[in-house]
Amino acid sequence: MKLLLTGARVIDPAQKIDSRLDVFLENGKIARVGANLSKSTKSKDAEKITKIIDLAGMIIVPGLIDMHTHLREPGFEYKETVASGAAAAVAGGFTSIACMPNTNPVNDNRSITEFIKAKAAEANLANVYPIGAISRNSDGDQLTEFWDLKEAGVIALSDDGKPVMNAALMRRAMEYAHSLQLPVINHCEDIHLSANGAMNESYYSTILGLNGIPAIAEEVMVARDILIAEYTGTSVHIAHVSTAGSVRLIRSAKERGVNVTAETAPHFFTLTDEALQGYDTFFKVNPPLRGEKDVKAIKEGLADGTIDVIACDHAPHARTDKEVEFEYAANGISGLETSLSLSLNLIHSKILSWPELVSRMSTRPARILNLPKGTLKEGADADITVIDPLLPWTVDVQAFRSRGKNSPFHGRQMQGKALMTIVGGEIKYDGR
Amino acid sequence: MKFERKDILGIKDLSVDEINLILETAGSFLEVSTRKIKKVPTLRGKTVINLFYEASTRTRTSFEIAGKRLSADTINISSSTSSVMKGETLIDTARNLEAMNPDVIVIRHSAAGAPHLLASLVKQSIINAGDGAHEHPSQALLDMMTIKERKGNFPGLKVAIIGDIEHSRVVRSNIYGLSKMGATVVVAGPATMLPRDIEQMGVKVFDKMEDAITDADVVMMLRIQLERQKQNIFPSLREYSQRYCLNRNNIKLAKKDVIVMHPGPINRGVELSPDIADDPSFSVILDQVNKGVAVRMALLYLLTGGSE
Repeated sequence: MKLLLTGARVIDPAQKIDSRLDVFLENGKIARVGANLSKSTKSKDAEKITKIIDLAGMIIVPGLIDMHTHLREPGFEYKETVASGAAAAVAGGFTSIACMPNTNPVNDNRSITEFIKAKAAEANLANVYPIGAISRNSDGDQLTEFWDLKEAGVIALSDDGKPVMNAALMRRAMEYAHSLQLPVINHCEDIHLSANGAMNESYYSTILGLNGIPAIAEEVMVARDILIAEYTGTSVHIAHVSTAGSVRLIRSAKERGVNVTAETAPHFFTLTDEALQGYDTFFKVNPPLRGEKDVKAIKEGLADGTIDVIACDHAPHARTDKEVEFEYAANGISGLETSLSLSLNLIHSKILSWPELVSRMSTRPARILNLPKGTLKEGADADITVIDPLLPWTVDVQAFRSRGKNSPFHGRQMQGKALMTIVGGEIKYDGR
Repeated sequence: MKFERKDILGIKDLSVDEINLILETAGSFLEVSTRKIKKVPTLRGKTVINLFYEASTRTRTSFEIAGKRLSADTINISSSTSSVMKGETLIDTARNLEAMNPDVIVIRHSAAGAPHLLASLVKQSIINAGDGAHEHPSQALLDMMTIKERKGNFPGLKVAIIGDIEHSRVVRSNIYGLSKMGATVVVAGPATMLPRDIEQMGVKVFDKMEDAITDADVVMMLRIQLERQKQNIFPSLREYSQRYCLNRNNIKLAKKDVIVMHPGPINRGVELSPDIADDPSFSVILDQVNKGVAVRMALLYLLTGGSE
């Protein structure tokens, strides 16, 4: 399959490209990026080109990568499968996703990793990169076999869903993983401080009578992990940053040269805890939606690069998980199909430039996960997202490819959307 | 004035006019409970279900008596005798009850917001009889009725609420109600029992009880839940009672004609010394219970179209 994409604005922060160019894809790779390729390509390779797609007004970026997805298979197929999650990914503009290990059984050994990879190959949509557990069954007691997991295809380690409470275990995990060039991702939450909390601790938890999760439940562990990385000379990636204090800690650590990276999720720069006033469980997520000053700090952190990555924390759930009393409801938002559009708001509101957004959603996650992706360099994998930057649309959860219809953004007016998702040179989603 | 509401979920939603209408209606029902035959036919043919997911003696009995004195058929469902234990969801329970066509469902639940979930699902009227640490509107209404009877009106009154503010639904409903009616509310308790940003509800906050009750017209003591000690929110009952027990000594700081209230049940000697609890010159606790029936009669009456 050969594709020639013409007329679009091409943005590749890795090569500092941002101009109107053509992109020629051949044999699953990016063959050429340049001006007026249609002419030169035609004369040289005329007979080889099978398809020319005119993308005037559109934006071509290196395939988006979501480094924080929950695919629920094995064990919770009623919420999501590898196939339904991968379909949601390409519909949302993601060519690659990294899936967290909190399945049942937990992805803490080679056989689960291989199972997920086999399911992903069968689905043949997005690239699916399993993340392995740090501890067996994510119980926080014993390290998993990092080397063997890496051999099987794991690209990072995390006990996500749960924090690594034991600081000594975290130290050992970071040291051992560092020697294998495996990133360690931590869900930062001191479970003694967050005990039984259902939402952010604030004026709103007070008036709603719900137990609060204080910002410090996240921040004390962010601080701890930064100190461990600094002391041992290793690195750590902080998952789903939600508070102003975490942003401040990460910023000052980076200034000192500590090898810390961080991600946030679209809901943390879009919504506040004020939204919980109707006890709508679709707004229930962990870490919880925070206050206005946190939202402001998250945006500043994204703008100045303190926060490297926007990740969905795609957490699909079934109706039965959410249609219960608020404190019994499952945490999480089905995010793959709204993440890009919510993130485009950061461009509309001039918080990020286009190259900065592409960096947060493709270049940086590829680098953190050591994936040979996130660029349109000649010879790179032909993973491409085509974005219609202005398309108006309304979120309709019934149209989601994901089995998880749990989105607080249902009915919201959006501007801009993934128009086409190309993985390995093949069109996996076409919204034209 | 016509009462237009489908549900009573919290005092936060009620207007001053609605609160006044409820209190006036309750006033007119007080007399029924003093009759020889304590029954009026007002709600004959109406069905009231008391759906209690949390242990309660006082509130459930009060709602049941209120319904019966109005001639409604009252049915009690409590968590130990129902499908609750079999793992049925609140939504399924609600739809099943709805199919039996009751007129009012009174719900008590340990999860904040459960009555709101129920109200969004069924066409019947829902009364929140206490949800988690959120609201307990009928309690606040009976408290307001008691205060109004003793003190005449609300503007200028200082009401001090003392104890575990964080875990109390009574506090939240009373703060909304009393503030709307013009009273000044102050709260006090150990720092570990004061919820985040409570000041934003428009109350003054103290950690010393003495500062809160000084010159108070009303002192409302809250029940300390003994099991909270395990969560380390206070060191011991002994220390708690030394700092936060209303007694003959510290009550002198309040106004001479202060009234003492308690939503019950009382831990005698912990938050309230027995001689204050039993002294009719201070304590209006049993009066609160008495008003409770009238207030709940008023709520059932107004929700079933009584004001038309």
